[in-house]
Amino acid sequence: MHTQAAPGQTRQVSVTGTNIEVWEGGAGRPLLLLHPGDGFDAQAPYVAALASRYRVIAPSCPGFGRSELPKYMRSVDDLSYFYLDLIDALKLDQMIVVGISFGGWLAAEIAVKNTARIAALCLVDTLGAKFSDPMTRDITDLLSWPQHEQAQWIYHDEKLRKPTYAHLSDETALMFARNHESFGLFGWAPTLHSRHMQHRLHRIDVPTQLIWGAQDRVVTVEYGRKWQQAIAGAQMVVIDNAGHYPQIEHPDQFVAALERFVNNLAAR
Amino acid sequence: MQSWYFSEQSYPAAWDEPVPPKVTSPSGLVDPETAHRLLQEYIVECKLCDELGLNIMANEHHATYTCMNISCMMTLAVIASHTKRARLLALGVPIMSRTDPYRVAEEVAYVDMLSRGRLELGLIKGTAFELYMSNANPVTAGDRYWEAHDLIVAALTKKDGPISYEGNSFNYRYLNVIPPCYQQPIPPMWLTTLSTNTAREAARRGYVLAITAVARAARASYPIYREEYLRVHGRPAPLDRLCYLAYVSVARDEKTAIERGRKILRFVETSERIEPRFINPPGQLPHADNARFLKTGTTTTHRTRTLPDGTPMSNPPTPQEQIINNVLFAGTPDQVYNQIKDFYDSVGGFGQLLVQLGGTMTHEEICDSLRLYATEVQPRLEALTKSHPMAA
Repeated sequence: MHTQAAPGQTRQVSVTGTNIEVWEGGAGRPLLLLHPGDGFDAQAPYVAALASRYRVIAPSCPGFGRSELPKYMRSVDDLSYFYLDLIDALKLDQMIVVGISFGGWLAAEIAVKNTARIAALCLVDTLGAKFSDPMTRDITDLLSWPQHEQAQWIYHDEKLRKPTYAHLSDETALMFARNHESFGLFGWAPTLHSRHMQHRLHRIDVPTQLIWGAQDRVVTVEYGRKWQQAIAGAQMVVIDNAGHYPQIEHPDQFVAALERFVNNLAAR
Repeated sequence: MQSWYFSEQSYPAAWDEPVPPKVTSPSGLVDPETAHRLLQEYIVECKLCDELGLNIMANEHHATYTCMNISCMMTLAVIASHTKRARLLALGVPIMSRTDPYRVAEEVAYVDMLSRGRLELGLIKGTAFELYMSNANPVTAGDRYWEAHDLIVAALTKKDGPISYEGNSFNYRYLNVIPPCYQQPIPPMWLTTLSTNTAREAARRGYVLAITAVARAARASYPIYREEYLRVHGRPAPLDRLCYLAYVSVARDEKTAIERGRKILRFVETSERIEPRFINPPGQLPHADNARFLKTGTTTTHRTRTLPDGTPMSNPPTPQEQIINNVLFAGTPDQVYNQIKDFYDSVGGFGQLLVQLGGTMTHEEICDSLRLYATEVQPRLEALTKSHPMAA
């Protein structure tokens, strides 16, 4: 596993009157990285691995990190329009969009609206759609658990399930707390999905790769297969011994799966 | 002093079951005959209060063995039909979780009309754990609370046709409450809080401020209320604008009263057995508090754990400790009067007392305690408040 932090820089970008924080590192093909519900972590080894291959652009979503949250933004649908403006403002073209968990939900909301600037989409253990009957919960309700207990649902590796946060600086703990609140704002009801998503997924018209943790207890592989069926031509890679965050538990396999997908795009 | 009987209408028969008492509790553990008997006994207790000259307060909670009253206004409609004189206080309708302000306004007006103007109304935020049942977004709950509050007040106040409303959280084509309230323009308004900011807001609006069983909150909030009331209204706050809720048990002898107090406190102990994961949904506390809880891996409760001198209390606290904390007033009529008077004097007075009974007390114990309170404590409290310079 890599341990070196990714070389990159954070800057503030203003889009339609809202200032957000954008981390950028690496060179090459642009890769828009959309973080999960606990925020973007530039120190995560998979970020360094991606930045050694691509130009990674990782915004902190409004309400996360040091990004502002305008009062009117209350849904992932709202966020997706903001991101379409952001993508225009950054003049990103032919980019790969990678969305993880909550970020996958956001990536899908963007892609069902407009893929003009998107070359390919990668959804990692994504939230965001409802497929089953009303009495069957598709997505484990992470919001029924306090932030310090969420890892028990997220990780397959027992050692990762009970992290301590005591060492965090006050500033970082404050940011985590704000991230959790924003996750609650956007994910509360319907629980971690958009009602319309299932009926819009057919609009995704770019090559799509699903990457899933085999032992994900938030959204199962079976749930991932439903995403695969709903998006024309979508492929799925399942990483064994990984839970909801395969990019954390097996960054090498995760990056390799993504790289294979990107390298094969030219041949499609 | 006005006194208001309050019972959570608990279902204590399930309190010793090895399941959480809230949110995920199986309803199958509630025996229908027992629950029916308890609800009927509650109505009898309210009728007794009506005869004894006590007022009645109701609240509501959801998905819990500690409170079977699932609709404040529904219960008060029932009680209105069984009583003649008692003022009826809704404290309150939890509009953070009640997601349709129109229905709340209608039910309020209905009860006020049915009772011929005996309703008093608290539109409260409610308990955070109930957001898990109502599914109302906890992060926007604060904004939604005041929007709903002001909309309900506007809907009750307007008598010349509907309101059209297109706000952040609610949309109505024709918001029109028929029948309207009996009292004009609307019933007296109350607020509960443990926060000094809300106390200030209650003062600005001239609402009755109720502090629920936390003496230090009363000590912090009453002066702020008085100060703000004087500033905004240009006159001192009348005594009846301030209220305190306490657990109260009265008996002929001290030992029996303390035992009754212990039974009431079982309610508090059971309430605190809520699964910690449901106490603090996202957005209910400031980021700084949540950051602290993240670092310590804990969650929160507002309950006092120490005596005023800092001594840790027993676990669970004894009746004697809760008497020292002014959470429980328990004893003979003389002792209860003196305990209330000492607290009253220490906070500069208040004109309303919410008298909570229940827990595992029997119906007979509740009725006996209410009779003693009404006949031997209440008259002395009335005399006490009449001598206060800000008596209404």
